[in-house]
Amino acid sequence: MVMRLILRKVLKTGIVSQAAPEADLSPRAREQTLHAEILKVFGDAVTIRHVDAGSCNGCELEIHALGGPHYNIEGLGVKFAASPRHADMLLVTGPVSRHLETALKRTYDAIPEPKWVVAMGDCAAGCGMAGGLFGENYASLGKVSNVIPVDVEVPGCPPTPTALLAGILAAVSGGRQ
Amino acid sequence: MKIDAQDWNLTLIAPHIWRGGIDAATLPAIAQAVKDEGGQLVALWGSDERHLDGGYALHAAFITANGLAWISAALAADAPAHPDLAAIFPQAGRMQRANFDLLGIRAEGAEDTRKWLRHVAWAEDEFPLRKDFQSEIRNPKPEITDAYPFLRVAGEGVHEIAVGPIHAGTIEPGHFRFSCIGDRVLKLEQRLGYTHQGVEKRFEGRDLASGARLAGRVSGDSHIAFAWAYCMAVEQATDSTVPPRALWLRALFLEIERIANHLGDLGYLGNDVALSFGFMQFWRLKEDWLRLAAKLFGHRYLFDRIVPGGVAVDLDAAGQRELAALADRVEMEVRELKAVYDEHATLQDRFANTGIVTPALAARLGLTGLAGRASAQAWDARAQFPQAPYDQLGVTMATARKGDVLARSEVRFGEIHESLRLIREIMKRLPTGALQMPLVAVQAACEGIGWVEGWRGQVLVALRIGDDGKLDRVHPHDPSWQNWPLLEVGVLGNIVPDFPLINKSFNLSYSGQDL
Repeated sequence: MVMRLILRKVLKTGIVSQAAPEADLSPRAREQTLHAEILKVFGDAVTIRHVDAGSCNGCELEIHALGGPHYNIEGLGVKFAASPRHADMLLVTGPVSRHLETALKRTYDAIPEPKWVVAMGDCAAGCGMAGGLFGENYASLGKVSNVIPVDVEVPGCPPTPTALLAGILAAVSGGRQ
Repeated sequence: MKIDAQDWNLTLIAPHIWRGGIDAATLPAIAQAVKDEGGQLVALWGSDERHLDGGYALHAAFITANGLAWISAALAADAPAHPDLAAIFPQAGRMQRANFDLLGIRAEGAEDTRKWLRHVAWAEDEFPLRKDFQSEIRNPKPEITDAYPFLRVAGEGVHEIAVGPIHAGTIEPGHFRFSCIGDRVLKLEQRLGYTHQGVEKRFEGRDLASGARLAGRVSGDSHIAFAWAYCMAVEQATDSTVPPRALWLRALFLEIERIANHLGDLGYLGNDVALSFGFMQFWRLKEDWLRLAAKLFGHRYLFDRIVPGGVAVDLDAAGQRELAALADRVEMEVRELKAVYDEHATLQDRFANTGIVTPALAARLGLTGLAGRASAQAWDARAQFPQAPYDQLGVTMATARKGDVLARSEVRFGEIHESLRLIREIMKRLPTGALQMPLVAVQAACEGIGWVEGWRGQVLVALRIGDDGKLDRVHPHDPSWQNWPLLEVGVLGNIVPDFPLINKSFNLSYSGQDL
């Protein structure tokens, strides 16, 4: 009974990760370009470890959204790992709170070289309106690059999933600075 | 409870919201009276009033059959203290501990006086929310270590599993210390405060407009609830009027936020029992929902669309048609997916009888919001104590009695349908007129409180504006404060592998309570 319901729904839904439109500024076109570039650079896959270093959880909403069917990142070899030992890239959100400084540094150290760091969002990048709201104070060290080396800073509050993909690409295609 | 009795000094300051002042010594008696009549403590916080020719103040918000009562008690400038409330309302425990960490206000007679929000960022004899605290950038003091005194469980075969602060998935940081026998959880102790950003300190001296943006970022997933509660407090404090159209649009935004979060949670609940079909389907719907929000209002999560005095964006007739069409489709698809969840044997087996919080326990410990409603705690400010425009919308509350993962999932399904109905109703009756009115200029120091039923539960923002028109003290309260301790209890006797599922079924905010 339930299998019938699931299959009917799956068939009715079809594939929502639609093919890229022609040269167009729509988000979908951008995503498809990114996928191709990531695959070229990494061959098969890029594995990401995410650390919330003190975010308001807004950026996390968009990281979750990236896992949905519209973006299909796992289908193209981009995946999130549970352990930093399995990761190529560290994705950091939030202004770095003093209470997470040690955990962030340890996670960074645990990722094998070569590695890339993407700071996601205005707070992590130390820019924009939210970066101004959440600057350094007694509890916070501010932007991620104050604590560990950062390859790419993705602005936005929060950055859209597409902007996040663009940031991941910018990190891996440029090599280590 | 005698809500009109003299010892409360209560006056009505907004629909269903009362303001009172008491002597700190009478606090336990008042709290007991609230408890005896079935009320709850919603929030407890403090403030430094020494610059106002006072000492300190303790503030408490109680919910009773008559609405919300915000009461304050003056405390001494030297060694401020008040009688313990945690013996009556256990949810006061962590709030009192945070109050000491931030302000040095002591709860006398409290059983648990360990630190709570303080780890390493400041010393034991420093209090960040005191006005004379130096909040600028400081060099870390390496001599300060956390060394939190966890409670140990001893006995043959007991072992500990330490998880976090960084978890295996994309979630916020916190530490969970499980004491287990085999796979079964004997005790769970949480250690939170990792994302403490000094948010309350950041409010001090800020102008009213940028305060709204900061309030919306106390917990990003509840942006609308916090931004609205903050603006409600500012508008009440300054005696400003908000155009009706803006109020109705705020309610529309709040229901959009509720649906987005519930769709995401239902997807993850499926995912946590290996039904990735559920995750993909619900996250497809959520993404469609967010994309339409971005198209209609310019932001996927409606950040900064609520401003003091009104809203920053309108919804035209064409936009209303698009939103109505998507609401219809979401309604139909959620019904189809509900049928799958109802029929799926593995899902039902994992959801039912997992992570139970009985109604009696929920009442004793003050479980609130959607998790509370899943354990027969029938409180929903939109339904019982409606602020405009909910007073004209007749919200039906979703409740369940079982208090397990299944009940929390059922309440979410129920609330999605009610929110979709509310969205249609709001669009049908949306008043015409302005979107914003300028705030009345501040002449003298003033205060206000905002109270909004967010998707997770009651969000409160209490604030005082100084006579210079700048924010003097802002306290944002997330319902996660009350609900985190219930997760410690709800997981007892369950197996460790069910913890992620139970945790997700509550989906509490770390940043909202770490502040």
